[in-house]
Amino acid sequence: MKAFTVLQSTFVPLPAENIDTDQIIPARFLKATTREGFGKNLFRDWRYYNNDEAQPKPDFVLNQPQYHGEILVAGKNFGCGSSREHAAWSLLDYGFRAVVSSFFADIFKNNALNNGVLPVQVSDDFLDRLFALDSEATLTIDLREQQITIDATGQSKKFEINEYKKTCMLNGYDDIDYLLSIRTDIEAYERVHE
Amino acid sequence: MVKTIPNGPAVLYIDRHFIHEVTSPQAFKGIENRGVPVFRPQQVVATADHNVPTANQHLPIRDELSRMQVNKLIENCKNHHIELYGLGHPFQGIVHVIGPELGITQPGMTIVCGDSHTSTHGAFGTIAFGIGTSEVEMVFASQCLLQSKPRQMRISINGKLNPGVVSKDIILYIISRISASGATGYFVEYAGSAIRDLSMEARMTICNMSIEMGARGGMIAPDDTTFEYMKGRLFAPSHEQWDRKMKEWKELYSDGDAQFDVEIDIDAAEIEPMITYGTNPGLGIPVRGSIPVAESIPDEGERKNIIKALEYMGLQPGRPLLGMPVQHIFIGSCTNSRIEDLRMVAGIVKGRRKSDHVEVMIVPGSQQVADQVKKEGLDKIFEAAGFEIRQPGCSACLGMNEDKIPAGAYCISTSNRNFEGRQGAGARTLLASPLTAAASAITGVVTDVRELTAIS
Repeated sequence: MKAFTVLQSTFVPLPAENIDTDQIIPARFLKATTREGFGKNLFRDWRYYNNDEAQPKPDFVLNQPQYHGEILVAGKNFGCGSSREHAAWSLLDYGFRAVVSSFFADIFKNNALNNGVLPVQVSDDFLDRLFALDSEATLTIDLREQQITIDATGQSKKFEINEYKKTCMLNGYDDIDYLLSIRTDIEAYERVHE
Repeated sequence: MVKTIPNGPAVLYIDRHFIHEVTSPQAFKGIENRGVPVFRPQQVVATADHNVPTANQHLPIRDELSRMQVNKLIENCKNHHIELYGLGHPFQGIVHVIGPELGITQPGMTIVCGDSHTSTHGAFGTIAFGIGTSEVEMVFASQCLLQSKPRQMRISINGKLNPGVVSKDIILYIISRISASGATGYFVEYAGSAIRDLSMEARMTICNMSIEMGARGGMIAPDDTTFEYMKGRLFAPSHEQWDRKMKEWKELYSDGDAQFDVEIDIDAAEIEPMITYGTNPGLGIPVRGSIPVAESIPDEGERKNIIKALEYMGLQPGRPLLGMPVQHIFIGSCTNSRIEDLRMVAGIVKGRRKSDHVEVMIVPGSQQVADQVKKEGLDKIFEAAGFEIRQPGCSACLGMNEDKIPAGAYCISTSNRNFEGRQGAGARTLLASPLTAAASAITGVVTDVRELTAIS
């Protein structure tokens, strides 16, 4: 997993609420057996008419060249529904390193953290402020300080992250490294619990 | 719990790990790249369900990518010594149907699967929840997961259910009240006399959809109904082991003075047969109700959601759904494809024939359910009604295999998600109970089952 410390970038606004993982990556694209290559199908059915890359929907934000960057800013309850980690993989593969929302679904949040995509939870008010910015505006997300800043105005907000997960993200560690290191504890637990 | 990391999550030991073809291949690859074996292969059980065709299962899968993914599961299970109930096996079926019916799911266990509907197993008083593929890899490598303690919610439903109201209506009603994100961050216990009165299969339907309100899991304390269901199942304990387990299982209930972060009380009598009109499972109304008028919703975000949902669904605010023509009926999925669900459907359609304007797919949840259908002669009832009986799998619940609903068409579905494109690009899903689906299959329009049964 790639480490995450500070990210400064423009952002892509997607104000819809309850964006479920079926929208992020529809089920018909889950047939791959590797983690790579999902970015081209990110938000597939919102991006193209008739599932055709030659027919982009001009109203959809990923088809509007003025919006780009490594941060996705989305409406509340982002990532609800299916547990498919392909949702996090497709965001990462497309080039997003952070998602900002006022509320995240549980499983998506874990999946994102396990792939070096930082979920940044802010208040509804702050989220509205982000949606009101123009396409040139940049944000700085500082994981060490747990702070997100609108660079032009200096307005910033703190965000929460589990201390353990923060350490993992900052260093690019994943949970498996830790779990493999405590094998003797796990075996001891098994002996006690038949 | 193995141990707790200071200021961090706990290390939770996983008793049973179910896997399927879609969310496991990258996890197998992950441990292989690290050079570590599956730590406890005998605690892992695999099946193929998401990708599988539901017709001609004896033939090779036609779709190349689906075939490759299912073959990869076969290869991975062989290489890692994992029991696979794949296509052609008498135990094959939807992962959340086969676990309970084989007695693998047992009270007090921790159970995970790379599938959000793993909450189903909570009906047995298990801690069961869906995980991502990185977490599948963690369980392969260590039989453990790192978990933070969730908040706790109890939803109590007391009193007697109205005629025509079944467990699917209970859960659709709950989600419509608290929204598709109303339980995010919580583990939910379902309690109260109306829950105690339900069969195990009805309880599974409720726990199954816990994730649709954002909950990590849902559970019901085991009781005599649970023990009766478990007795004699293939992998359930027997003899002295059964007696010993029973003692443990009877202790699995919340203390009388247990404190929950949130408590919700519902009177069973207020629940009507439910149906959804929108593009998340929280957008549900009583089948005789009207679609909300967005302008009347105070919250701006929610208002926009409903406008967007109605646009996708091609529905008008303020109008009823009752009497609206539908083109497809799908009876199946890990929510409602068990034998009791299919008996319920048979009870409605016996001696009747489907409307000429609808196509009806009925998909048993497992090979064992399919066998039982035949044994009870339900297949004859379905065939006489003009229903198409298919072979076990996830089928039209998720638009991943050959079973899809065409763009623009309305489908009353007993499944769990009405997201945009869930049943196929452009498909419009109305979630409802098996009773409502069966009644609507006969009439070809959205129907209140109580009307149909009153007529007969």
